[in-house]
Amino acid sequence: MSTHFQEDEILGKAYDARLMRRLLRYLRPYRRAVTASIVLLLLAAAADLAGPYFVKVAIDHYIQVRDMGGVAVVSALYLGTVIVGAAVRYWQNYITQIVGQQVMYELRMEVFTHLQRLAVAFFAGNPVGRLMTRITNDVDTLYEMVTSGVVTVFGDVFLLVGVVAAMVWLDWRLALVAFSVVPALVALTSWFQARSRESYRAIRIRIARINAYLNENLMGMSIVQLFNRERANAARFDDLNRDHLTAHLEAVWSFALFYPAVGFLGAVATALLIWYGGGQVVQHAVTLGVLIAFIQYTERFFRPIQDLAEKYNILQAAMASSERIFRVLDEPVTVEDPTDPAPLPRVRGQIEFRNVWFAYPATEPADPEEAGPPGEARSAPGRGEPPVPAGTDGWVLRGVSFAIRPGESVAFVGHTGAGKTSIINLITRFYDPQRGQVLVDGVDIRRYAQRDLRRHIGLVLQDVFLFSGTVASNIRLGNREISDDEIRRAAQFVNAHRFIEELPDRYATSVVERGATLSSGQRQLIAFARAISHNPEILLVLDEATSSVDTETELLIQEALQNVLRGRTSIIIAHRLSTIQNVDRILVLHKGRIVEEGTHRELLARGGIYTKLYQLQYRDQELRQTADMSGDRATDARSE
Amino acid sequence: MSPRLRSYLRRHARSYAIGLLLGTASAVLLMLGPHVLRLAVDAIAAGASPFFLLRYAGALIGLNLAVWILRYYMRMHILGISRVIEYEIRNDYFAHLQRMHVGFFQHTRIGDLMTRAVSDLSTVQRFIGPGIMHFTSTVVMAAIAVGFMLTIDLTLTLYMLVILPLVSLTFVVLGPLIHGQYESVQEQFSVISAHAQENFSGIRVIKAFAQEPHEAEAFAAHNREYIRRNLAVIKTEGALWPLMSFFLGLAAVVLLWQGGQAVIAGRITLGQFVQFIGYLGQLSWPMVALGWVVNLMQRGLASMKRLDEIFLQHPRIVDAPDAQTLPVPRGEIEFRGLGFSYNGVPVLSGVDLRVPAGTTLAIVGPTGSGKTTLVSLIPRLFESTTGSVLVDGLDVRRYRMTDLRRCIGMVPQDTFMFSAPLSENIAYGLEAPEPDPVRVREAAELAHLAVDVAGFPNGYDTMVGERGVTLSGGQKQRAAIARAIARDPRILILDDALSSVDTSTEEEILRELRAISGTRTTIIISHRISTVRHADQIVVLDKGRIVQRGTHDTLLGAGGLYADLYQKQLLEEELEAADLDAPV
Repeated sequence: MSTHFQEDEILGKAYDARLMRRLLRYLRPYRRAVTASIVLLLLAAAADLAGPYFVKVAIDHYIQVRDMGGVAVVSALYLGTVIVGAAVRYWQNYITQIVGQQVMYELRMEVFTHLQRLAVAFFAGNPVGRLMTRITNDVDTLYEMVTSGVVTVFGDVFLLVGVVAAMVWLDWRLALVAFSVVPALVALTSWFQARSRESYRAIRIRIARINAYLNENLMGMSIVQLFNRERANAARFDDLNRDHLTAHLEAVWSFALFYPAVGFLGAVATALLIWYGGGQVVQHAVTLGVLIAFIQYTERFFRPIQDLAEKYNILQAAMASSERIFRVLDEPVTVEDPTDPAPLPRVRGQIEFRNVWFAYPATEPADPEEAGPPGEARSAPGRGEPPVPAGTDGWVLRGVSFAIRPGESVAFVGHTGAGKTSIINLITRFYDPQRGQVLVDGVDIRRYAQRDLRRHIGLVLQDVFLFSGTVASNIRLGNREISDDEIRRAAQFVNAHRFIEELPDRYATSVVERGATLSSGQRQLIAFARAISHNPEILLVLDEATSSVDTETELLIQEALQNVLRGRTSIIIAHRLSTIQNVDRILVLHKGRIVEEGTHRELLARGGIYTKLYQLQYRDQELRQTADMSGDRATDARSE
Repeated sequence: MSPRLRSYLRRHARSYAIGLLLGTASAVLLMLGPHVLRLAVDAIAAGASPFFLLRYAGALIGLNLAVWILRYYMRMHILGISRVIEYEIRNDYFAHLQRMHVGFFQHTRIGDLMTRAVSDLSTVQRFIGPGIMHFTSTVVMAAIAVGFMLTIDLTLTLYMLVILPLVSLTFVVLGPLIHGQYESVQEQFSVISAHAQENFSGIRVIKAFAQEPHEAEAFAAHNREYIRRNLAVIKTEGALWPLMSFFLGLAAVVLLWQGGQAVIAGRITLGQFVQFIGYLGQLSWPMVALGWVVNLMQRGLASMKRLDEIFLQHPRIVDAPDAQTLPVPRGEIEFRGLGFSYNGVPVLSGVDLRVPAGTTLAIVGPTGSGKTTLVSLIPRLFESTTGSVLVDGLDVRRYRMTDLRRCIGMVPQDTFMFSAPLSENIAYGLEAPEPDPVRVREAAELAHLAVDVAGFPNGYDTMVGERGVTLSGGQKQRAAIARAIARDPRILILDDALSSVDTSTEEEILRELRAISGTRTTIIISHRISTVRHADQIVVLDKGRIVQRGTHDTLLGAGGLYADLYQKQLLEEELEAADLDAPV
């Protein structure tokens, strides 16, 4: 069983006509099943009501006139109703749940596929945990509403109306007597609902705190023990635990008061019926059978009233959930495919930036607490003028133009925040520029379908993301056209084959916990194999300087990098000196502009920004030792 | 039943006794209700006056008022006490875990320990609270009802005795089945969650490799399996209530048929017939509940067993009975003939090493050579398999653990921070109720963290940890160093503690630590030669053995692993610097 530490729900109204209409749209394909379910529900309510009536008929018409056969007939009819009632109830539940499951499936898939289409910017602004809640818990809440909420509300209403009708029909004066306790029951129930809702909330918040504290302390237990924190932490845990206990004791109190009180009200109704109804029977205004039926009916209208109050909570939670789900579904797709995409069967690999201006969109929260009401236009990106951050401070790229020939390898260097990563984000169309054009093979990439474009691009990201599955499936991803042989060759090409062969199940070794069992160097090699096996014409590499890679793996990575660059249009955001020395050309980005270009030697000779960058990033971090040990050479370098 | 659970229950035996007594009393009163009803019906049939009927109405109200009061106190006692026991068990569980040795947490999944503390414990609570309460009150009510029924008519009673248990049995039979099916549904739900989480986290890779359709297809497949498993639950669980209501209905039918005939035959009065109907009404919910309760008890006992599994594990590292106090040690450390195995695999063997008080020892060696294990033995996070670790000439096992650990400042590789203000994290080991701002600031400055803190909007009050701001790797390491030196420890252990700190800051931190290290024994583990070169003593560990020892200069002269490591690092840098030789 899993433990959820989910964010607190903000509960709003229990009914919202607009949301409800939209929700009902999902039920439309199942109109017939829903209708059938409602009809069965009516039948079940009727079967429920029949019992006391049969008892009344038996007493008044047969028992009191000593008709044995009549009693048997009524009993047989009663038995029939009981059997039909049970069967009807089973089918009604079955149909409702099936419909609920289908709707839940569709909704979940709709949210998922919609999320797949949303731009990377959306994911940057929304924590994974929040999106998870949408697709799991929120959808489940809706399911609960459909199956045990809406449908049973109908059932309860039918039952309530039926009981009231039956009682009024049998004898309206007795009915009034029985109903006299209803105001008290309603008042009691709504008091209890309000209280239990409050304590339920309090309990949930407190158990979440206990969970978080426990989790953290278990994870950091060695620190706890090293720093002699046991006693202090036990005291803190006791505080949290006691808070939780207090909340529970309050809930126990309201339950202890409420449940027996309902029983008491039932007894009051029965007592009133005996006193007033008994008198009526004696005066022959009412039959004894009717009185006994009434005593039984009284019990039956207590239940739906209590149930209905409970449904209020379910409805309220469901409304909040559906609002959050719809908010995700309404999230506009900011990076859209053209209606008539240009075909892109083969790519030569020519890349061009033409006066590109780019700024990251302000991240927009998708949470009710932070955002305005749904449907209201937020920054409304779309056609026409794209959103540009206020002022010019937000520009990451300012009029960048360059062209890369097919097969050429180019490194981008620049200080932190110079806009290097944005170049890659724009070529892959993770983002669209606000001004200017990005062209591949001479065509604006917005004219291609995103998937077509990306099929020709191999991307190696800074932190390597491994999916659960096997090493092979992480190289192949979902591409079934890549054979095992090709995977092996790709791995060999990037020096990954050797360590993979040493894994317990080689290529079939399962990757757990995002590859935690692999070293970061090994993960990087897998990422190279992944990119290469898809045989892209264009390769984009975010090359991270990883401190934890051991020397041997570092050499393997450097060699792999050189292998993959050969003969491919490549753009590398370089952190390794060896890489910069090997590319055809280096472009220097500074504050969003390209300020210098050339080879490593040319640029060093120029003594401009690149030279400064070199001293700052490469020489400083990697030549410290050399400077200490062989002073003369280092002094030379420094004087450049 | 678990002896542990029994001891908790015994501690609150009085409350339970009172609660159960109140419950029994209320059951008796409740069962008098149908009897009053019978008297009333018979009186009505005999043509009694409304005034005469008033006494029955009054009796009913009086009875139920008493029931209300009794049940209120019963619930407060039994349910309240069950919550108190839940609280006690949770506290004891936490305290027990805090006593467990670190090795225990390495082979036990934290999620699993959490589940036991949360869902298993709440299952136990349902057993000792609602479970015990409903079970006893149902049994008492049924016994009393049967007693009353027997005084009226044997045949009718026998019918009820045959049919009503079927209601409970339905749940007893189907309950575990549904529970199993639910678990399989939950499992699949976890698969769906995991898939979604992975997808959202890796969205860039998915988009870059145009994997969206494949992902959607895989997600759909997981969801279809989820529906399939749900279907099994729907089929079984859907049968539960219809079956129970069928048996209850059957009881009512039989009662009408046989009871009606008994009235006609003159065996019972109409009032007695109504009394029977009354018992059936009163018993129907308890009968439904009984099945549920039996289920609760089974699951509660199973959960308690799972809790006991943890409670019955004993901490392996505890104070000796005659443990000595250790006020302030000089700080001399010695490993004598030390060996350590983990799961039978030797990690360290034959380690003999003396670190004089106030000196610095550096440990280098490839990954997995046992460096971390070696230093973990000093504060007794683990215990040596053979040989011993001595502090000030005495085996660490002879000291009181709190004393020993108090004089050690350790910065482990994994720099774990707690969800608390930064100041509390730095003052974590000060054993004071409130963090001392002066010591916190001093430690932060020494660890070169103070500059970063100045940039935080809330300064030292900034929340860190899982639910606070995300510190960079370097900031975390410096915070961990501040936490260790805030204790002003005699022994400072830095386990690869500066790997994410840039080299110039690292050198400054080390220099400052050296400046005050005249009275402090320091052990440094590192991969960087620059970090270890100034140590008084350097040892090279390989495959759990010390293969070289000396100073930077002597080791360089001696050749071997250390010199190799140094050469490799040098070569690499020369390779990259090769370009500089060319004329520019």
